[in-house]
Amino acid sequence: MGAPGAATRGQTAPAIELRGISKSFGPVQANRDISISVRPGTIHGIIGENGAGKSTLMSILFGFYRADAGEILIHGRRTAIPDSQAAITAGIGMVFQHFKLVEPFTVLENVILGAEEGALLRPSLRRARRELLRLEEEYELQVDPDAVVGDLSVGHQQRVEILKALYRNADILILDEPTGVLTPGEADQLFRILARLREEGKTVILITHKLREIMDITDTVSVMRRGEMTATLKTAETGPEELAEYMVGRKVLMRLEKNPARPGKPLLEIENLRVTDDSGVERVKGISLNVRAGEIVGIAGVAGNGQTELLRALGGYAEATGTICIGGKRVPLSGPGADGGARRRAGIAHVPEDRHREGLIMAFHAWENMGLGYHDRPEYRRGIFIDNAALRQKTEGRIRRFDVRPADPWLPAGSFSGGNQQKLVIAREIESDPDILLVGQPTRGVDIGAIEFIHRRIIALRDAGKAILLVSVELEEVLSLSDRVVVMFDGRIMGERQAAATDEKELGLLMAGVAQGDPA
Amino acid sequence: MRELPQWVDVIVVPVVSLLLAAVISALVILAIGEDPVLALQTMVSGALGSSYGWGYTLYYTTNFIFTGLAVSVAFQARLFNIGGEGQAMVGGLGLALACLYLPLPHWILALPVAMLAAFIFGAAWAALPAWLQARRGSHVVITTIMFNFIAAALLNYLLVNALRPPDSMDPATAQFPGGTHLPTLADLFAVFGIGFAKSAPVNVSLIVALAACFGVWLLMWRTRLGFALRAYGNSETAASYAGISPYRMIMVAMLISGGLSGCMAINNVMGEAERLVLNATEGAGFIGIAVALMGRSHPVGVILAALLFGFLFQGGAELALWTSIPRELIVVIQALVILFTGALDNMVRGGIGFVRDVAHTLREAPERQGKG
Repeated sequence: MGAPGAATRGQTAPAIELRGISKSFGPVQANRDISISVRPGTIHGIIGENGAGKSTLMSILFGFYRADAGEILIHGRRTAIPDSQAAITAGIGMVFQHFKLVEPFTVLENVILGAEEGALLRPSLRRARRELLRLEEEYELQVDPDAVVGDLSVGHQQRVEILKALYRNADILILDEPTGVLTPGEADQLFRILARLREEGKTVILITHKLREIMDITDTVSVMRRGEMTATLKTAETGPEELAEYMVGRKVLMRLEKNPARPGKPLLEIENLRVTDDSGVERVKGISLNVRAGEIVGIAGVAGNGQTELLRALGGYAEATGTICIGGKRVPLSGPGADGGARRRAGIAHVPEDRHREGLIMAFHAWENMGLGYHDRPEYRRGIFIDNAALRQKTEGRIRRFDVRPADPWLPAGSFSGGNQQKLVIAREIESDPDILLVGQPTRGVDIGAIEFIHRRIIALRDAGKAILLVSVELEEVLSLSDRVVVMFDGRIMGERQAAATDEKELGLLMAGVAQGDPA
Repeated sequence: MRELPQWVDVIVVPVVSLLLAAVISALVILAIGEDPVLALQTMVSGALGSSYGWGYTLYYTTNFIFTGLAVSVAFQARLFNIGGEGQAMVGGLGLALACLYLPLPHWILALPVAMLAAFIFGAAWAALPAWLQARRGSHVVITTIMFNFIAAALLNYLLVNALRPPDSMDPATAQFPGGTHLPTLADLFAVFGIGFAKSAPVNVSLIVALAACFGVWLLMWRTRLGFALRAYGNSETAASYAGISPYRMIMVAMLISGGLSGCMAINNVMGEAERLVLNATEGAGFIGIAVALMGRSHPVGVILAALLFGFLFQGGAELALWTSIPRELIVVIQALVILFTGALDNMVRGGIGFVRDVAHTLREAPERQGKG
């Protein structure tokens, strides 16, 4: 493809080569003199802590940002990428962490969206269907072209994103944290697809924070730390410990150290809880569960089996039936007194699953976000006024104690990286001094250094005698953090195990809805 | 989308929008064979060239501050209150009833009482659309527009059939009693020995309007209620996570919004006409939308934008008076300003971003060549 550039000397040019890319946002240097070279037909991993500059680098490659210095070579040819259209023309396809799909449209309509030929839709759709089926065949990416995207599972929606890129003749595919929203099974399927793409000669760049994924699938890996590329290695010649060290710049404990739990009296008692969602579907179908002081109860399960609705009902913003007792006192589940404020006053703090839509207000300053859910507390209350100075002061302390970067209380929440956003939420909820902490997906989209930190904070809270209910789709996380594990499937509890006495295989079966004693 | 620096967003974008509107207005004036320079001169001298001109400009400004604030408060909670016109009319009704039927011997007493009546009536007119939105999900844009028509019909009926003095043919209330007369700016300035056009309608309401701006700023950025309103406006999901009741936020934002619209009556009804006439609001409720858009829903922005529209109103009237430019053209100019500052805001923004990118590329180009 194209005339060979200066970079070709005997061998094939790299599919992508970056030379000396730098980019700063005001005083923050997001990328500093970054050079990488990815050979065609390989899978290249980019790993690094949140805020290390991975996403900035990929945004430059996809034309969202313009680099301050440096150049991009595609197949040995210097290429300017002023916008995403240029990136697509250059054969780059991007699969974002948050999909860019029109949910009420069919798969086929989504695929041709923006790439229609001519004003009439029908001929384009006919041609597109043939091409789409060919692509699905070639890359083993089976999706029904006529299915409505909103009805598809997350894993299948991601396939549609990949198909969209392939349909636009991408031969370099960038995936940003692709497994963040997938179940373990779906992630395995995705990796099979990526391997297949590699076989067909496509080049894949995988951005992730999960060491295991890097080890499992990539050929080469680059590590980023604080805007710099600290290492580029052959995956076969490295291991998770070494990579983790490059990422955070120090030795990282890969195993979570914790003392055995000393559970006290039950603080949270749930009896026959039922939750129906807005569209009238019953999502939680009669759950009974206790969480005692000084223990972490983990809820494992594939996403979408009622965990979200359970957390919402406990957090006070989804109506429910049944009973919830907090510290032995029954709380109302609907009508007046059933809201987030009342639950917080009763002693519940809540790290929601979705920090973008619930946990934070992206346009608010970091310090304003510290008031979210707590703006009526006496410490911030001055008659009808809110004590902004007190909020700012609290925020400064929390930013220090939770090592939030950049340490600027005036930055809008949306300008922090995912891990630092999560630290803000966790700081707010833990330091509100709750009796019970609800934690949903505490480390989703969060890097290793921060994961370790967040896990230790949660365990410290447990050791302080608080009751913690953890919901996570990361089985590994549930197992390492919890004292007791409960598996949810289809709105019901499939089983309960002591974390120390079970393993991923047993829980995996329960998560798939295979009850004990069933022929598996 | 790349973000522009804040100073560009707040200053350059509105100024460029305004210049574009002015240029196109000039072209239109040229096209009908008139002199745009003369037109601009007429507008500036008519609106800003004398204390009489200022008196009218500031009078209109006062109206637009109230309605602009009203739209802004609702905007902060992500509600689009298009009903400012109707709420201001009904606010005028409340004010007229208070002035006519309550014993109010002096303006010091009359002003707060009448203003309270105007606020309550304006808020009440916003209450039903707000409730329909909060409980039934009926969109406030639709319901508030409909309520504008209902308000107009209601006032029409009341002024013709109920409030009109029996000996009058005019669909208006009787003159308000003397105790409700508000001091004009000329009266106030006279205390300090400063001369000001006596016949200009600008009055003490201007000061009340500025105080209202400060009040809205306090409410939005310094109170717990304001925090909750802005949280709700920015993210409904985060608000419900935080325990902020959407129902309460919609009701509160719309009631304050309607009340502020209603308060406009202290200026146009109490301060100027001193009786309630038909169509007293003269479209100020709609101008408020443009004022809030241009003022970025911030009280300071609202003051500046209201001043601009006050200038356009007064300058436009002068234009119609002194030149042969037809009245309709003033509406065209005002429409262009609204179009550019309100509706085409993103076009201007994108244009400025594009210019910046081109400049950036041009600066970079020689460096690249040097390196290559």
